[in-house]
Amino acid sequence: MSGGMVIIGAGECGGRAALTLRELGYDGPVTLIGDEPHLPYERPPLSKDAMVADAPAVKAIASEADLVEKTITHLRSVTVESVDSVAKRVKLAGGGELAYDKLLLATGAAPRKLPMPGLGKRCVYLRTFSDVLAIRQHLKPQSSIAVIGGGFIGLELAASARRLGVDVIVIEAQPRILMRGVPAEIAAVVHAAHEAHGAKILCGAGIAAINDDGRKVRLTLADGRMIDADLAVIGIGAVPRTDLAEAAGLRIDNGIAVDAMLRTSDPAIFAAGDCCSFPLAVYGGRRVRLEAWRSALEQGTLAAKNMLGHEEPVSAVPWFWSDQYELTMQIAGLADEGSGTVRRDLGENAFILLHLAGDGRLVAASGVGPDNAVARDIRLSEMLIAKGARPDPAALASPDVKLKKLLSG
Amino acid sequence: MSEWIEACGADDIDEEDVIRFDHAGHTFAIYRSPDDEYFATDGLCTHEQVHLSGGLVMDDIIECPKHNGRFNYKTGEAKGAPVCVNLKTYPVKIEGGKVLIQVG
Repeated sequence: MSGGMVIIGAGECGGRAALTLRELGYDGPVTLIGDEPHLPYERPPLSKDAMVADAPAVKAIASEADLVEKTITHLRSVTVESVDSVAKRVKLAGGGELAYDKLLLATGAAPRKLPMPGLGKRCVYLRTFSDVLAIRQHLKPQSSIAVIGGGFIGLELAASARRLGVDVIVIEAQPRILMRGVPAEIAAVVHAAHEAHGAKILCGAGIAAINDDGRKVRLTLADGRMIDADLAVIGIGAVPRTDLAEAAGLRIDNGIAVDAMLRTSDPAIFAAGDCCSFPLAVYGGRRVRLEAWRSALEQGTLAAKNMLGHEEPVSAVPWFWSDQYELTMQIAGLADEGSGTVRRDLGENAFILLHLAGDGRLVAASGVGPDNAVARDIRLSEMLIAKGARPDPAALASPDVKLKKLLSG
Repeated sequence: MSEWIEACGADDIDEEDVIRFDHAGHTFAIYRSPDDEYFATDGLCTHEQVHLSGGLVMDDIIECPKHNGRFNYKTGEAKGAPVCVNLKTYPVKIEGGKVLIQVG
């Protein structure tokens, strides 16, 4: 009997893969295994809308009825113990086995743990909807939180907490916030917005000690300063969940290594989303791992196609966004591929930095502004990047020149 | 009862572009296609209620500025994840250089 398709990980990526298998007409068994108790859901709202909504709810990508109608078996709160790639079987924790024809690992990433003693109940991480519910209990006016790490998640959480009237301090070890992937000029705008909204940010601040007595947490900084808070939220990055893949003997290289078709070193096993590294054609096959919602969605869709033999390579340009207060940041491409930048001012405090490689290719675009002021030009930049275009820097710098024109030119 | 209301001047929208139009507490998006026809839909994306007028028009597609949800603005059809609910469309006519849409 056919084992069908088994997907480990029921987030955006795994959930999307399951739906796509059905959309493409696959009629064998599809089993989606998730270690959370919820329907497959979108994670981006967790640090934003879900954190401030009166009645937080998961934003499910499929309803229970959808899954039933599409005969997708969704196993909730189930952990996979091991993958036997020879027998093509998945062993579930607590007993039970599933056979597969093709397996997709969409195991995602887990918050990087702060390797320090002294962490207790008042030191938490944010990755799941259950984490949101736990954190929200402490977000009340007059309460205080310390956010450890000035990356996307920490800063979005900080902005949400300020909206709820919570006292916020962000502690970043690096000399500035958003060191990874965001240009300094844009990080400065975001930093200023936080200060204007009453959040404190300390950069270049190492943490020497943490004392968490279960009711309060005290952070002692390297310079001796002490910070007391009702809750410390740690957002210092994420690590790919590769343990099943490693134990199954799959090749690992900054995540589960896959080829352009999202195949692992075992041809019956695919990996997609935050857990995998893949060659990015637009940068000459440079191997990258992305922790991004759109990539999870696109790769989940693509993995499903390739599990059915479509042989379609990854072709996307990386794209990220972040919302903090009234600002939206959008980044297309990887800025570190560039050697120079051109600034394009869009008015209303919105601007885009266009990153050019030495040979004139547009390789990335990073923008910030109120609401969606940068969205169109970032999207057009993304299309220019995908084309390998070498636009005239003077045209890029001039807001009167429409990027759409450069695209057709 | 349905009525025709004036949304904007025909020249207020560039070719292959979109603008926002608010009327009676409702927000619409008005499009001008590359072949110089006019269309109207609800103004907010069905995924996360983002104003589509900030998005990019390419041929007969409007793409949401936030999460790239795509719709055919001529028919309202949702073109795939993350959008799964179609956009409502409204009849449009041009009279005296004005764009009128039929609401209600």
